[in-house]
Amino acid sequence: MKERVKTAINAAAVFAAFLALWQIILWVFHVAPYMLPSPWAVARAVGARIPSLLNSLAITAGESAGGLAASVIIGVLVALLFAQSRWVRKMLYPYTLLLQTVPIIAIAPLILMWVGAGAPAVTLIAFIISLAPVIANTTQGLISVDENLVHLFLMHNASSRQLLFKLRLPHAVPSLFVGIRIASGIAVIGAITGELYAGSSRVGEGGLGYSILYASSQLQTDYLFALVLAATVLGFCFFFVVMFLEWYFLHRWHESARVMEVQ
Amino acid sequence: MNLDQGVPEIEIAGVTKRYGDSPAILESIHLIVPKREFISIIGPSGCGKSTILKLISGLALPTSGTIRVEGMTPQNARETMSFIFQDATLLPWRTVKDNVGLGLELEGVASDRREKRIAGLLELVGLTHVAKAYPRELSGGMKMRVSIARALATNPRLLLLDEPFAALDEMSRDRLNEVILRLRGEQKWTAVFVTHSVSEAVFLSDRIVVLAPNPGRICAEFCVELPTPRMAAVRSSSEFDAIVSGVSHTLRGTLAQ
Repeated sequence: MKERVKTAINAAAVFAAFLALWQIILWVFHVAPYMLPSPWAVARAVGARIPSLLNSLAITAGESAGGLAASVIIGVLVALLFAQSRWVRKMLYPYTLLLQTVPIIAIAPLILMWVGAGAPAVTLIAFIISLAPVIANTTQGLISVDENLVHLFLMHNASSRQLLFKLRLPHAVPSLFVGIRIASGIAVIGAITGELYAGSSRVGEGGLGYSILYASSQLQTDYLFALVLAATVLGFCFFFVVMFLEWYFLHRWHESARVMEVQ
Repeated sequence: MNLDQGVPEIEIAGVTKRYGDSPAILESIHLIVPKREFISIIGPSGCGKSTILKLISGLALPTSGTIRVEGMTPQNARETMSFIFQDATLLPWRTVKDNVGLGLELEGVASDRREKRIAGLLELVGLTHVAKAYPRELSGGMKMRVSIARALATNPRLLLLDEPFAALDEMSRDRLNEVILRLRGEQKWTAVFVTHSVSEAVFLSDRIVVLAPNPGRICAEFCVELPTPRMAAVRSSSEFDAIVSGVSHTLRGTLAQ
Protein backbone atom coordinates (compact mmCIF):
# COMPACT_ATOMS: atom_id res chain seq x y z
CA MET A 1 0.00 0.00 0.00
CA LYS A 2 2.81 2.39 0.91
CA GLU A 3 4.34 1.77 -2.51
CA ARG A 4 1.09 2.79 -4.18
CA VAL A 5 0.83 6.04 -2.22
CA LYS A 6 4.40 6.83 -3.23
CA THR A 7 3.60 6.12 -6.88
CA ALA A 8 0.53 8.35 -6.70
CA ILE A 9 2.51 11.20 -5.10
CA ASN A 10 5.20 10.91 -7.77
CA ALA A 11 2.63 10.99 -10.56
CA ALA A 12 0.94 14.04 -9.02
CA ALA A 13 4.30 15.80 -8.72
CA VAL A 14 5.07 15.20 -12.39
CA PHE A 15 1.63 16.56 -13.30
CA ALA A 16 2.15 19.70 -11.19
CA ALA A 17 5.56 20.26 -12.78
CA PHE A 18 3.98 19.91 -16.22
CA LEU A 19 1.33 22.55 -15.39
CA ALA A 20 3.99 24.89 -14.01
CA LEU A 21 6.11 24.52 -17.14
CA TRP A 22 3.06 25.23 -19.27
CA GLN A 23 2.31 28.42 -17.32
CA ILE A 24 5.97 29.54 -17.45
CA ILE A 25 6.03 29.14 -21.23
CA LEU A 26 2.95 31.37 -21.46
CA TRP A 27 4.59 34.05 -19.31
CA VAL A 28 7.98 33.97 -20.99
CA PHE A 29 6.81 33.91 -24.61
CA HIS A 30 3.61 35.94 -24.23
CA VAL A 31 1.56 33.40 -26.19
CA ALA A 32 -1.89 34.53 -27.26
CA PRO A 33 -4.73 32.68 -25.43
CA TYR A 34 -6.29 31.45 -28.68
CA MET A 35 -2.99 29.73 -29.53
CA LEU A 36 -2.34 28.26 -26.11
CA PRO A 37 -4.73 28.92 -23.24
CA SER A 38 -3.48 28.79 -19.67
CA PRO A 39 -4.10 25.67 -17.58
CA TRP A 40 -6.44 27.75 -15.49
CA ALA A 41 -8.47 28.79 -18.57
CA VAL A 42 -8.75 25.13 -19.59
CA ALA A 43 -9.94 24.23 -16.10
CA ARG A 44 -12.50 27.05 -16.30
CA ALA A 45 -13.68 25.82 -19.70
CA VAL A 46 -14.12 22.34 -18.26
CA GLY A 47 -16.11 23.77 -15.33
CA ALA A 48 -18.27 26.10 -17.41
CA ARG A 49 -19.22 23.55 -20.06
CA ILE A 50 -19.29 20.38 -18.06
CA PRO A 51 -22.75 19.25 -19.28
CA SER A 52 -21.89 19.46 -22.98
CA LEU A 53 -18.43 18.03 -22.35
CA LEU A 54 -19.93 15.04 -20.53
CA ASN A 55 -22.51 14.67 -23.26
CA SER A 56 -19.82 14.50 -25.96
CA LEU A 57 -17.79 12.13 -23.80
CA ALA A 58 -20.80 9.85 -23.33
CA ILE A 59 -21.55 9.78 -27.06
CA THR A 60 -17.97 8.88 -27.99
CA ALA A 61 -17.72 6.36 -25.16
CA GLY A 62 -20.90 4.68 -26.39
CA GLU A 63 -19.69 4.53 -29.99
CA SER A 64 -16.26 3.21 -29.00
CA ALA A 65 -17.72 0.61 -26.66
CA GLY A 66 -20.24 -0.48 -29.29
CA GLY A 67 -17.54 -0.79 -31.93
CA LEU A 68 -15.23 -2.64 -29.59
CA ALA A 69 -17.96 -5.03 -28.44
CA ALA A 70 -18.84 -5.80 -32.05
CA SER A 71 -15.14 -6.38 -32.80
CA VAL A 72 -14.82 -8.83 -29.94
CA ILE A 73 -17.94 -10.79 -30.88
CA ILE A 74 -17.35 -10.83 -34.65
CA GLY A 75 -13.59 -11.22 -34.19
CA VAL A 76 -13.95 -14.32 -32.02
CA LEU A 77 -16.44 -15.84 -34.45
CA VAL A 78 -14.13 -15.20 -37.40
CA ALA A 79 -11.17 -16.60 -35.42
CA LEU A 80 -13.19 -19.76 -34.71
CA LEU A 81 -13.76 -20.09 -38.45
CA PHE A 82 -10.05 -19.52 -39.13
CA ALA A 83 -9.10 -22.13 -36.57
CA GLN A 84 -11.05 -24.81 -38.43
CA SER A 85 -8.45 -25.38 -41.10
CA ARG A 86 -5.18 -24.14 -42.51
CA TRP A 87 -6.89 -23.95 -45.87
CA VAL A 88 -9.56 -21.49 -44.68
CA ARG A 89 -6.86 -19.43 -42.99
CA LYS A 90 -4.69 -19.22 -46.09
CA MET A 91 -7.66 -18.18 -48.17
CA LEU A 92 -9.11 -15.53 -45.86
CA TYR A 93 -6.25 -14.21 -43.77
CA PRO A 94 -4.96 -11.72 -46.40
CA TYR A 95 -8.30 -9.95 -46.18
CA THR A 96 -7.91 -9.34 -42.47
CA LEU A 97 -4.61 -7.70 -43.29
CA LEU A 98 -6.47 -5.43 -45.70
CA LEU A 99 -8.82 -4.61 -42.86
CA GLN A 100 -5.82 -3.43 -40.91
CA THR A 101 -4.22 -1.42 -43.70
CA VAL A 102 -7.29 0.33 -45.10
CA PRO A 103 -6.94 4.03 -44.25
CA ILE A 104 -9.98 4.75 -42.15
CA ILE A 105 -9.95 8.40 -43.19
CA ALA A 106 -10.36 7.30 -46.78
CA ILE A 107 -13.37 5.07 -46.21
CA ALA A 108 -15.11 7.33 -43.71
CA PRO A 109 -16.81 9.36 -46.48
CA LEU A 110 -18.07 6.12 -48.02
CA ILE A 111 -19.56 4.99 -44.75
CA LEU A 112 -21.09 8.42 -44.33
CA MET A 113 -22.69 7.94 -47.72
CA TRP A 114 -23.99 4.45 -46.96
CA VAL A 115 -25.09 4.73 -43.36
CA GLY A 116 -25.66 8.45 -42.99
CA ALA A 117 -24.10 10.68 -40.34
CA GLY A 118 -24.46 9.89 -36.66
CA ALA A 119 -23.63 7.32 -34.04
CA PRO A 120 -24.24 4.18 -36.18
CA ALA A 121 -21.71 5.33 -38.79
CA VAL A 122 -19.12 6.16 -36.14
CA THR A 123 -19.69 2.85 -34.35
CA LEU A 124 -19.18 1.07 -37.64
CA ILE A 125 -15.89 2.90 -38.20
CA ALA A 126 -14.70 2.04 -34.66
CA PHE A 127 -15.66 -1.58 -35.35
CA ILE A 128 -13.84 -1.83 -38.69
CA ILE A 129 -10.65 -0.31 -37.37
CA SER A 130 -10.50 -2.45 -34.22
CA LEU A 131 -11.49 -5.81 -35.72
CA ALA A 132 -8.17 -7.05 -37.14
CA PRO A 133 -6.18 -7.31 -33.89
CA VAL A 134 -8.97 -9.34 -32.27
CA ILE A 135 -9.08 -11.78 -35.19
CA ALA A 136 -5.32 -12.12 -35.48
CA ASN A 137 -4.61 -12.67 -31.79
CA THR A 138 -7.55 -14.96 -31.10
CA THR A 139 -6.73 -17.12 -34.12
CA GLN A 140 -3.15 -17.39 -32.94
CA GLY A 141 -4.37 -18.47 -29.51
CA LEU A 142 -6.75 -21.06 -30.90
CA ILE A 143 -4.21 -22.74 -33.17
CA SER A 144 -1.12 -22.59 -30.96
CA VAL A 145 -2.27 -25.34 -28.59
CA ASP A 146 0.48 -27.81 -27.64
CA GLU A 147 0.24 -30.91 -29.82
CA ASN A 148 0.55 -33.21 -26.82
CA LEU A 149 -2.49 -31.60 -25.20
CA VAL A 150 -4.48 -32.38 -28.32
CA HIS A 151 -3.16 -35.95 -28.14
CA LEU A 152 -4.17 -36.15 -24.51
CA PHE A 153 -7.72 -35.17 -25.43
CA LEU A 154 -7.76 -37.63 -28.32
CA MET A 155 -6.61 -40.42 -25.99
CA HIS A 156 -9.79 -39.85 -24.02
CA ASN A 157 -11.87 -39.91 -27.21
CA ALA A 158 -12.75 -36.23 -26.81
CA SER A 159 -15.34 -34.88 -29.23
CA SER A 160 -14.53 -31.85 -31.38
CA ARG A 161 -16.87 -29.86 -29.14
CA GLN A 162 -14.87 -30.84 -26.07
CA LEU A 163 -11.63 -30.01 -27.88
CA LEU A 164 -12.98 -26.56 -28.65
CA PHE A 165 -14.60 -25.65 -25.35
CA LYS A 166 -12.28 -27.41 -22.92
CA LEU A 167 -8.98 -26.89 -24.73
CA ARG A 168 -8.77 -24.41 -27.61
CA LEU A 169 -11.02 -21.65 -26.29
CA PRO A 170 -9.61 -21.46 -22.77
CA HIS A 171 -6.11 -21.62 -24.22
CA ALA A 172 -6.95 -18.66 -26.48
CA VAL A 173 -8.22 -16.38 -23.69
CA PRO A 174 -4.85 -14.73 -22.91
CA SER A 175 -4.26 -13.95 -26.60
CA LEU A 176 -7.85 -12.77 -26.94
CA PHE A 177 -7.12 -10.23 -24.22
CA VAL A 178 -3.97 -9.08 -25.98
CA GLY A 179 -6.18 -8.47 -29.01
CA ILE A 180 -8.84 -6.63 -26.99
CA ARG A 181 -6.21 -4.46 -25.33
CA ILE A 182 -4.88 -3.31 -28.71
CA ALA A 183 -8.40 -2.99 -30.13
CA SER A 184 -9.64 -0.88 -27.20
CA GLY A 185 -7.09 1.84 -27.93
CA ILE A 186 -7.80 2.01 -31.62
CA ALA A 187 -11.58 1.77 -31.17
CA VAL A 188 -11.51 5.09 -29.27
CA ILE A 189 -9.19 6.67 -31.85
CA GLY A 190 -11.40 5.28 -34.62
CA ALA A 191 -14.55 6.71 -33.04
CA ILE A 192 -13.03 10.17 -32.66
CA THR A 193 -11.64 10.10 -36.21
CA GLY A 194 -14.99 8.90 -37.47
CA GLU A 195 -16.73 11.77 -35.72
CA LEU A 196 -14.60 14.26 -37.61
CA TYR A 197 -16.41 13.06 -40.73
CA ALA A 198 -19.66 11.52 -39.67
CA GLY A 199 -19.98 12.81 -36.15
CA SER A 200 -23.41 14.31 -35.92
CA SER A 201 -26.82 14.05 -37.42
CA ARG A 202 -27.83 17.32 -35.73
CA VAL A 203 -25.90 20.59 -35.73
CA GLY A 204 -24.28 21.46 -32.42
CA GLU A 205 -24.52 18.03 -30.89
CA GLY A 206 -22.01 15.22 -31.28
CA GLY A 207 -19.16 13.28 -29.74
CA LEU A 208 -15.67 14.45 -28.88
CA GLY A 209 -14.39 14.40 -32.46
CA TYR A 210 -17.29 16.46 -33.70
CA SER A 211 -16.94 18.93 -30.82
CA ILE A 212 -13.18 19.22 -31.42
CA LEU A 213 -13.89 20.22 -35.00
CA TYR A 214 -16.57 22.66 -33.87
CA ALA A 215 -14.44 24.24 -31.12
CA SER A 216 -11.47 24.71 -33.44
CA SER A 217 -13.63 26.39 -36.07
CA GLN A 218 -14.86 28.79 -33.38
CA LEU A 219 -11.33 29.36 -32.03
CA GLN A 220 -12.50 28.15 -28.60
CA THR A 221 -9.02 26.94 -27.84
CA ASP A 222 -9.60 26.51 -24.11
CA TYR A 223 -12.57 24.23 -24.76
CA LEU A 224 -10.59 22.44 -27.47
CA PHE A 225 -7.99 21.61 -24.86
CA ALA A 226 -10.69 20.41 -22.51
CA LEU A 227 -11.98 18.09 -25.25
CA VAL A 228 -8.53 16.69 -25.98
CA LEU A 229 -8.13 16.06 -22.28
CA ALA A 230 -11.48 14.27 -22.20
CA ALA A 231 -10.51 12.13 -25.21
CA THR A 232 -7.28 11.13 -23.50
CA VAL A 233 -9.10 10.25 -20.29
CA LEU A 234 -11.58 8.18 -22.29
CA GLY A 235 -8.81 6.19 -23.99
CA PHE A 236 -7.15 5.65 -20.65
CA CYS A 237 -10.43 4.44 -19.08
CA PHE A 238 -10.94 1.91 -21.87
CA PHE A 239 -7.43 0.62 -21.44
CA PHE A 240 -7.84 0.44 -17.68
CA VAL A 241 -11.14 -1.46 -17.86
CA VAL A 242 -9.66 -4.00 -20.27
CA MET A 243 -6.58 -4.39 -18.07
CA PHE A 244 -8.82 -4.99 -15.08
CA LEU A 245 -10.91 -7.61 -16.90
CA GLU A 246 -7.73 -9.28 -18.09
CA TRP A 247 -6.37 -9.39 -14.56
CA TYR A 248 -9.71 -10.61 -13.21
CA PHE A 249 -9.95 -13.54 -15.59
CA LEU A 250 -6.30 -14.53 -15.78
CA HIS A 251 -4.53 -13.69 -12.54
CA ARG A 252 -5.16 -17.07 -10.97
CA TRP A 253 -3.39 -19.05 -13.64
CA HIS A 254 -1.65 -16.97 -16.27
CA GLU A 255 1.82 -15.45 -16.08
CA SER A 256 0.99 -12.21 -17.92
CA ALA A 257 -1.53 -11.23 -15.26
CA ARG A 258 1.06 -11.92 -12.61
CA VAL A 259 3.48 -9.48 -14.22
CA MET A 260 0.77 -6.84 -13.95
CA GLU A 261 0.55 -7.45 -10.21
CA VAL A 262 4.29 -7.00 -9.80
CA GLN A 263 4.12 -3.69 -11.62
CA MET B 1 5.49 -64.61 -17.55
CA ASN B 2 2.38 -66.72 -17.13
CA LEU B 3 1.03 -68.42 -20.18
CA ASP B 4 -2.55 -68.61 -18.92
CA GLN B 5 -3.36 -64.92 -19.43
CA GLY B 6 -5.03 -65.28 -22.82
CA VAL B 7 -4.61 -62.35 -25.18
CA PRO B 8 -1.42 -60.38 -24.56
CA GLU B 9 -1.80 -56.70 -23.72
CA ILE B 10 0.09 -55.60 -26.84
CA GLU B 11 1.01 -57.42 -30.04
CA ILE B 12 3.17 -55.63 -32.57
CA ALA B 13 3.77 -57.70 -35.70
CA GLY B 14 6.10 -56.68 -38.50
CA VAL B 15 5.53 -52.97 -38.06
CA THR B 16 7.35 -50.48 -40.26
CA LYS B 17 6.79 -46.75 -40.04
CA ARG B 18 7.95 -44.09 -42.45
CA TYR B 19 6.69 -40.59 -43.21
CA GLY B 20 6.31 -39.98 -46.95
CA ASP B 21 9.37 -40.96 -48.93
CA SER B 22 11.85 -40.44 -46.11
CA PRO B 23 13.75 -43.47 -44.77
CA ALA B 24 11.93 -45.73 -42.31
CA ILE B 25 11.82 -44.60 -38.68
CA LEU B 26 10.97 -48.09 -37.50
CA GLU B 27 11.53 -51.31 -39.40
CA SER B 28 10.02 -54.76 -38.84
CA ILE B 29 9.28 -54.37 -35.18
CA HIS B 30 7.97 -57.50 -33.48
CA LEU B 31 7.05 -57.18 -29.87
CA ILE B 32 4.64 -58.98 -27.58
CA VAL B 33 3.92 -57.47 -24.20
CA PRO B 34 2.12 -59.83 -21.81
CA LYS B 35 -0.46 -58.45 -19.39
CA ARG B 36 1.02 -56.77 -16.30
CA GLU B 37 4.51 -56.58 -17.68
CA PHE B 38 6.55 -53.41 -17.16
CA ILE B 39 8.62 -53.04 -20.30
CA SER B 40 11.13 -50.28 -21.03
CA ILE B 41 12.21 -49.17 -24.46
CA ILE B 42 15.61 -47.58 -24.51
CA GLY B 43 17.77 -46.31 -27.31
CA PRO B 44 19.69 -43.33 -28.67
CA SER B 45 17.86 -40.22 -29.89
CA GLY B 46 16.06 -40.62 -33.18
CA CYS B 47 15.67 -44.39 -32.96
CA GLY B 48 11.87 -44.17 -32.97
CA LYS B 49 11.20 -44.92 -29.29
CA SER B 50 8.43 -42.35 -29.01
CA THR B 51 7.01 -43.41 -32.36
CA ILE B 52 6.36 -46.88 -30.94
CA LEU B 53 4.20 -45.30 -28.22
CA LYS B 54 2.35 -43.19 -30.81
CA LEU B 55 1.63 -46.36 -32.80
CA ILE B 56 0.42 -48.29 -29.76
CA SER B 57 -1.88 -45.41 -28.80
CA GLY B 58 -3.18 -45.03 -32.35
CA LEU B 59 -2.01 -41.42 -32.54
CA ALA B 60 0.02 -42.56 -35.57
CA LEU B 61 -0.67 -45.38 -37.99
CA PRO B 62 1.91 -47.96 -39.11
CA THR B 63 3.01 -47.93 -42.75
CA SER B 64 2.84 -51.70 -42.72
CA GLY B 65 2.30 -54.43 -40.14
CA THR B 66 -0.34 -54.74 -37.45
CA ILE B 67 -0.75 -53.60 -33.87
CA ARG B 68 -3.29 -55.05 -31.44
CA VAL B 69 -4.02 -53.87 -27.94
CA GLU B 70 -6.01 -56.47 -26.02
CA GLY B 71 -6.87 -57.90 -29.41
CA MET B 72 -8.36 -54.61 -30.66
CA THR B 73 -7.06 -51.90 -32.98
CA PRO B 74 -5.32 -49.13 -31.04
CA GLN B 75 -8.12 -46.62 -31.74
CA ASN B 76 -10.74 -48.97 -30.37
CA ALA B 77 -8.62 -49.76 -27.34
CA ARG B 78 -8.06 -46.16 -26.22
CA GLU B 79 -10.37 -46.52 -23.26
CA THR B 80 -7.99 -49.08 -21.80
CA MET B 81 -4.91 -46.84 -21.97
CA SER B 82 -3.46 -43.65 -20.59
CA PHE B 83 -0.56 -41.64 -21.94
CA ILE B 84 1.98 -39.82 -19.80
CA PHE B 85 3.97 -37.28 -21.79
CA GLN B 86 7.48 -35.95 -21.40
CA ASP B 87 6.24 -32.76 -19.83
CA ALA B 88 3.30 -32.73 -17.49
CA THR B 89 0.93 -31.26 -20.13
CA LEU B 90 -1.42 -29.84 -17.51
CA LEU B 91 -4.12 -27.34 -18.41
CA PRO B 92 -2.86 -24.16 -16.71
CA TRP B 93 -6.37 -22.74 -16.28
CA ARG B 94 -7.50 -25.71 -14.22
CA THR B 95 -6.68 -26.44 -10.62
CA VAL B 96 -4.76 -29.59 -9.73
CA LYS B 97 -8.01 -31.30 -8.81
CA ASP B 98 -9.69 -30.42 -12.10
CA ASN B 99 -6.63 -31.48 -14.06
CA VAL B 100 -6.70 -34.89 -12.43
CA GLY B 101 -10.40 -35.16 -13.27
CA LEU B 102 -9.96 -34.19 -16.94
CA GLY B 103 -10.07 -37.69 -18.40
CA LEU B 104 -13.08 -38.64 -16.31
CA GLU B 105 -14.83 -35.46 -17.34
CA LEU B 106 -14.16 -36.07 -21.03
CA GLU B 107 -15.50 -39.57 -20.66
CA GLY B 108 -18.67 -38.26 -19.06
CA VAL B 109 -18.28 -39.53 -15.49
CA ALA B 110 -20.75 -37.82 -13.12
CA SER B 111 -19.20 -35.12 -10.94
CA ASP B 112 -19.85 -36.71 -7.53
CA ARG B 113 -18.16 -39.93 -8.57
CA ARG B 114 -15.41 -37.90 -10.12
CA GLU B 115 -14.76 -35.97 -6.92
CA LYS B 116 -14.40 -39.18 -4.93
CA ARG B 117 -12.00 -40.68 -7.40
CA ILE B 118 -9.91 -37.49 -7.60
CA ALA B 119 -9.61 -37.31 -3.82
CA GLY B 120 -8.34 -40.89 -3.71
CA LEU B 121 -5.78 -40.29 -6.45
CA LEU B 122 -4.46 -37.09 -4.91
CA GLU B 123 -3.96 -39.02 -1.70
CA LEU B 124 -2.14 -41.74 -3.64
CA VAL B 125 0.40 -39.34 -5.17
CA GLY B 126 0.62 -37.20 -2.03
CA LEU B 127 -0.88 -33.99 -3.40
CA THR B 128 -4.03 -33.59 -1.31
CA HIS B 129 -2.69 -30.35 0.16
CA VAL B 130 -2.44 -28.64 -3.25
CA ALA B 131 -5.76 -29.85 -4.68
CA LYS B 132 -6.94 -26.29 -5.29
CA ALA B 133 -3.62 -24.87 -6.51
CA TYR B 134 -2.95 -23.96 -10.12
CA PRO B 135 -0.15 -25.70 -12.05
CA ARG B 136 2.06 -22.59 -12.13
CA GLU B 137 2.35 -22.79 -8.36
CA LEU B 138 3.83 -26.31 -8.46
CA SER B 139 7.37 -27.61 -8.90
CA GLY B 140 8.26 -29.78 -11.90
CA GLY B 141 8.10 -32.95 -9.81
CA MET B 142 4.69 -32.07 -8.39
CA LYS B 143 3.34 -31.32 -11.86
CA MET B 144 4.48 -34.75 -12.97
CA ARG B 145 2.65 -36.31 -10.02
CA VAL B 146 -0.52 -34.54 -11.14
CA SER B 147 0.07 -35.93 -14.62
CA ILE B 148 0.45 -39.45 -13.21
CA ALA B 149 -2.70 -39.10 -11.11
CA ARG B 150 -4.59 -37.86 -14.18
CA ALA B 151 -3.41 -40.86 -16.19
CA LEU B 152 -4.47 -43.30 -13.48
CA ALA B 153 -7.85 -41.63 -12.94
CA THR B 154 -9.54 -43.48 -15.78
CA ASN B 155 -8.41 -46.85 -14.41
CA PRO B 156 -6.20 -47.76 -17.36
CA ARG B 157 -5.01 -51.29 -17.96
CA LEU B 158 -2.16 -50.00 -20.11
CA LEU B 159 0.09 -47.06 -19.27
CA LEU B 160 2.25 -45.49 -21.98
CA LEU B 161 5.04 -43.32 -20.60
CA ASP B 162 7.10 -41.17 -22.98
CA GLU B 163 10.27 -40.14 -21.11
CA PRO B 164 8.11 -38.71 -18.34
CA PHE B 165 10.93 -37.77 -16.00
CA ALA B 166 13.56 -36.61 -18.51
CA ALA B 167 13.15 -32.95 -17.62
CA LEU B 168 13.39 -33.44 -13.85
CA ASP B 169 16.36 -33.25 -11.53
CA GLU B 170 17.77 -36.54 -10.31
CA MET B 171 16.23 -36.35 -6.83
CA SER B 172 12.70 -35.82 -8.15
CA ARG B 173 13.27 -38.46 -10.77
CA ASP B 174 14.33 -41.10 -8.23
CA ARG B 175 11.41 -40.26 -6.00
CA LEU B 176 8.91 -40.46 -8.86
CA ASN B 177 10.38 -43.79 -9.94
CA GLU B 178 9.61 -45.05 -6.47
CA VAL B 179 6.08 -43.66 -6.71
CA ILE B 180 5.59 -45.51 -10.01
CA LEU B 181 6.85 -48.76 -8.53
CA ARG B 182 4.61 -48.44 -5.50
CA LEU B 183 1.54 -47.67 -7.61
CA ARG B 184 2.33 -50.56 -9.86
CA GLY B 185 2.47 -52.87 -6.88
CA GLU B 186 -0.99 -51.74 -5.80
CA GLN B 187 -2.64 -51.63 -9.22
CA LYS B 188 -2.68 -54.04 -12.10
CA TRP B 189 -1.61 -52.16 -15.17
CA THR B 190 0.82 -52.99 -17.96
CA ALA B 191 3.38 -50.30 -18.76
CA VAL B 192 5.46 -49.35 -21.77
CA PHE B 193 8.10 -46.94 -20.58
CA VAL B 194 10.31 -45.00 -23.00
CA THR B 195 13.46 -43.56 -21.49
CA HIS B 196 17.04 -42.41 -22.04
CA SER B 197 18.15 -43.49 -18.63
CA VAL B 198 19.50 -47.01 -18.22
CA SER B 199 19.35 -47.06 -14.43
CA GLU B 200 15.77 -45.84 -14.47
CA ALA B 201 14.83 -48.59 -16.93
CA VAL B 202 16.54 -51.27 -14.86
CA PHE B 203 14.99 -50.06 -11.62
CA LEU B 204 11.45 -50.12 -12.97
CA SER B 205 11.26 -52.86 -15.58
CA ASP B 206 10.62 -56.57 -15.95
CA ARG B 207 12.11 -56.40 -19.42
CA ILE B 208 14.17 -53.90 -21.38
CA VAL B 209 14.18 -53.62 -25.16
CA VAL B 210 17.13 -51.83 -26.76
CA LEU B 211 16.54 -50.08 -30.06
CA ALA B 212 19.22 -49.27 -32.63
CA PRO B 213 18.76 -46.29 -34.95
CA ASN B 214 18.59 -45.82 -38.77
CA PRO B 215 16.18 -47.45 -39.17
CA GLY B 216 14.83 -48.04 -35.67
CA ARG B 217 14.89 -51.74 -34.88
CA ILE B 218 15.06 -53.98 -31.86
CA CYS B 219 18.65 -55.08 -31.34
CA ALA B 220 18.60 -56.65 -27.87
CA GLU B 221 16.36 -57.62 -24.99
CA PHE B 222 17.17 -57.96 -21.31
CA CYS B 223 15.09 -59.58 -18.61
CA VAL B 224 15.55 -57.80 -15.32
CA GLU B 225 15.58 -60.43 -12.63
CA LEU B 226 15.69 -58.30 -9.55
CA PRO B 227 13.54 -59.14 -6.53
CA THR B 228 10.06 -57.60 -6.32
CA PRO B 229 8.78 -55.55 -4.63
CA ARG B 230 11.83 -53.46 -5.39
CA MET B 231 13.09 -51.06 -2.79
CA ALA B 232 15.15 -47.95 -3.35
CA ALA B 233 18.10 -49.84 -1.91
CA VAL B 234 18.19 -52.23 -4.85
CA ARG B 235 19.91 -49.44 -6.79
CA SER B 236 23.09 -49.99 -4.81
CA SER B 237 23.16 -53.78 -5.22
CA SER B 238 25.75 -55.52 -7.40
CA GLU B 239 23.04 -57.33 -9.44
CA PHE B 240 21.59 -53.95 -10.33
CA ASP B 241 25.00 -52.68 -11.42
CA ALA B 242 25.60 -55.78 -13.52
CA ILE B 243 22.37 -55.32 -15.49
CA VAL B 244 22.98 -51.59 -15.90
CA SER B 245 26.44 -52.15 -17.31
CA GLY B 246 25.15 -54.89 -19.63
CA VAL B 247 22.43 -52.64 -21.05
CA SER B 248 24.80 -49.68 -21.28
CA HIS B 249 27.31 -51.76 -23.18
CA THR B 250 24.68 -52.80 -25.75
CA LEU B 251 23.47 -49.22 -26.00
CA ARG B 252 27.00 -47.99 -26.74
CA GLY B 253 27.20 -50.68 -29.40
CA THR B 254 24.18 -49.22 -31.21
CA LEU B 255 25.92 -45.87 -31.38
CA ALA B 256 29.18 -47.32 -32.71
CA GLN B 257 27.46 -48.76 -35.78
